[in-house]
Amino acid sequence: MSRDTPLLARYAESLFWMARYLERVENLARLIDVTQTFESPGHEAESWFALIRINADEAEFAKRGLVPTAEAVRRFYLIDPANPTGVIASLEAARINARTLRPVISTEMWVQLNVFHREMLATTEDDLSGDHLSRLCSRLKEGVQTHTGITEGTFFRDQGWFFYQMGRAIERADQMTRLLDIRYHLLVRAAGEERRIAELTQWNGVLRAAAGYHAFRRVASAGFKPADVVQFLLTDRSFPRSVALCVEQIETQLSGLRRRYGLRGTVAALERVEELRAGLVGRSIDKILADGLHHFLDGVQRDLILLAAEIGTAFFRDWRPLAETGAATEASQVQTQTA
Amino acid sequence: MQITPDDPFRDYKSGPYFCELTHERADDRGAPAIVKQRLAAIGMETLRARAAAAETDLINLGITFTVYSDSTAIDRILPFDCIPRILTAAEWHQLETGVKQRVAALNAFLHDIYHDRKIVKDGVVPADLVFGNANYRPEMENFPVRFGTYVHICGTDIVRDAAGKFLVLEDNARTPSGVSYVVENRHLMSRAFPDLMAGMKLRPVDDYGRRLLEAMCEIAPEGVDDPQVVLLSPGIYNSAYFEHVFLSREMGVPLVEGADLMVENDRVWMRTTGGRRPVHTIYRRIGDDFLDPTVFRPDSLLGVPGLIGAWRRGAVTLANAVGTGVADDKAIYAYMPRIIKYYLGEDAILPNVETHICREKEGLDFTLDRLEKLVIKPVGESGGYGITIGPRASRAQLETARAALIADPSNWISQPVISLSVAPTLVEDGIRPRHLDLRPFAVTGRDTWVLPGGLSRVALKEGSLIVNSSQGGGSKDTWVLTDEMVEGVA
Repeated sequence: MSRDTPLLARYAESLFWMARYLERVENLARLIDVTQTFESPGHEAESWFALIRINADEAEFAKRGLVPTAEAVRRFYLIDPANPTGVIASLEAARINARTLRPVISTEMWVQLNVFHREMLATTEDDLSGDHLSRLCSRLKEGVQTHTGITEGTFFRDQGWFFYQMGRAIERADQMTRLLDIRYHLLVRAAGEERRIAELTQWNGVLRAAAGYHAFRRVASAGFKPADVVQFLLTDRSFPRSVALCVEQIETQLSGLRRRYGLRGTVAALERVEELRAGLVGRSIDKILADGLHHFLDGVQRDLILLAAEIGTAFFRDWRPLAETGAATEASQVQTQTA
Repeated sequence: MQITPDDPFRDYKSGPYFCELTHERADDRGAPAIVKQRLAAIGMETLRARAAAAETDLINLGITFTVYSDSTAIDRILPFDCIPRILTAAEWHQLETGVKQRVAALNAFLHDIYHDRKIVKDGVVPADLVFGNANYRPEMENFPVRFGTYVHICGTDIVRDAAGKFLVLEDNARTPSGVSYVVENRHLMSRAFPDLMAGMKLRPVDDYGRRLLEAMCEIAPEGVDDPQVVLLSPGIYNSAYFEHVFLSREMGVPLVEGADLMVENDRVWMRTTGGRRPVHTIYRRIGDDFLDPTVFRPDSLLGVPGLIGAWRRGAVTLANAVGTGVADDKAIYAYMPRIIKYYLGEDAILPNVETHICREKEGLDFTLDRLEKLVIKPVGESGGYGITIGPRASRAQLETARAALIADPSNWISQPVISLSVAPTLVEDGIRPRHLDLRPFAVTGRDTWVLPGGLSRVALKEGSLIVNSSQGGGSKDTWVLTDEMVEGVA
């Protein structure tokens, strides 16, 4: 009695974005967690402002007349509902997408997200300081991970699942580039052996934030260098948060949509995926570092934006009324990048 | 019956009203007594804790409606009262046959006024009430609908007077809402109060979605084998959005918004990831006025340009049909007993509230003679505007009403004040009588099916007769007993 039911373009778009917004929340929690561990006495403000820079939020931050203190940055990302790149706005957007998706997602997915959203809205200033902050980050990560687990266990595997997975993979890849970029913005005030150790400590922090510390230890040689960490987080084929693995997943989803559901329009997106992959594995890490990691990561982020745009054009745009196409472009920018 | 010291019914008194739980009925199968006994066993404190937990459950599930005030939107639940309302098999038989009869008469009436207009020519219903009605749609004239069904989904508001007699207060033949609460209340009841329900032989309510889908498939344009049904909603900001979600899930069909649909080559399509797919039946939860900006309100963004044209050319079926509002109007309501008699040759199984039509001399004289005892309602208004409640009106208000009646009698009807029945309801002071009504839901494709029970809305404020959710109303699970005995009870 099975029949392939069509998926409304609007649902596909909402699934893609619900997954992105939630992945964003989890990664923001990881970024904040790692930033706290990087706080070097006397230079807290600089460490925290790095967060603003890697999210390209300087303008949004300045618009509020905020001075870059640790407290202001935490507030900006964790309790300011008006910050479009913050946790609250992302959860709000995820919930609105989920509400739109109520007809297709499982009741369990909806209830968890609904309750999680409400609990996080109750975050107060008090949760942002001292040992509370790390616990708040854990709650955020666990909330999203619970969502991911419920989704894995209850969400019907039709086309919608493919769009959901793509959204998550694109956001995860993007966020990994930002996590890597954080090193670029952090100063090491030391020299010689002391400097080498300080840098390694930072890289270990990045690995921990990405939940990759132990996995990296298992594959790395005893005398690993920072370049090995970068290579691992960018290109490891087995690490679930590596950019290359995310790109591979996106390709799997796109091919699946074409094979299983006969969806045309995947060609341009698949070409973008190919370019991304070539950029990641076609160059040695030493060359990437020599040319500048920050510059390279910028390029990956741009490619991911273009890929998301190709997916949007192929599958989402059609549902909008013609008169709104102008407005639609703007709207798509709202549900877009942190950059 | 065992009485515990904190028997929650100890000081329950239903007063002069008919009580839906404590009034003895020959075929109640002992169910009300068991419910009372079980509530006593649970005890007040636990009852309150469990009722509160049940309401939290509703919030978490997002079974809410949205109330907009100023710039804020608040998601509110429809308060759930844990003490069920019980209807016996005989009572339900009357309600079910009465609702079916009413739906048949509404459909026959709509077919007639949009075709031969016999009922008007025969002088049973005045022409201006039909053709001068804002909800009359000339677009419907001589337009055929499958099985003669215009009102596919009907909600009939029914009250009970002090003698326990059922009376129809209103027909809702446009886009009646509330059915999701009937089903969700039952689910909630079985999760939160399984011990209250154990062994009860109740008519099930979870067949609604399947029945509705079946009807929606039956009415699809002829020649379509495997029709695509959709539910058309104004979207997530509509206060009834939860119900739209519920219905689309229960039917397993897409919930679409106007922008998801388009009309091309006289056909209706929905926009999917794989391009356009044809649509055959639209269960629309938006009013006639908003369906098609090229025909009705040009400022409507909720509808689909060209939809009415495609419908008229038979490409798609709309449920409910356009133009049903003329039949559930207050002015027509007064004529419903005569309409039933005219088309079906039967007396109404469920009588109207006694209604005096002031455009008729006897009605006007009767009303003027006892203004202070009657409710006087203008026929063209809705939402309670322009109503004078005689017993509660001042001398001056009565004189104003009198002048208005004399100036334009045909704009008015009058009705006696009904002493609505009550049901035991958990409120702050304990278990107290509160007034309630009942809205059964009928689904009609080829035939009519009525969901057993319906939505029991209860006015939570003491003495209040207003059961609307926006004005402090709540709801109850509505049990329809079968002919079987309750298990474990002699």
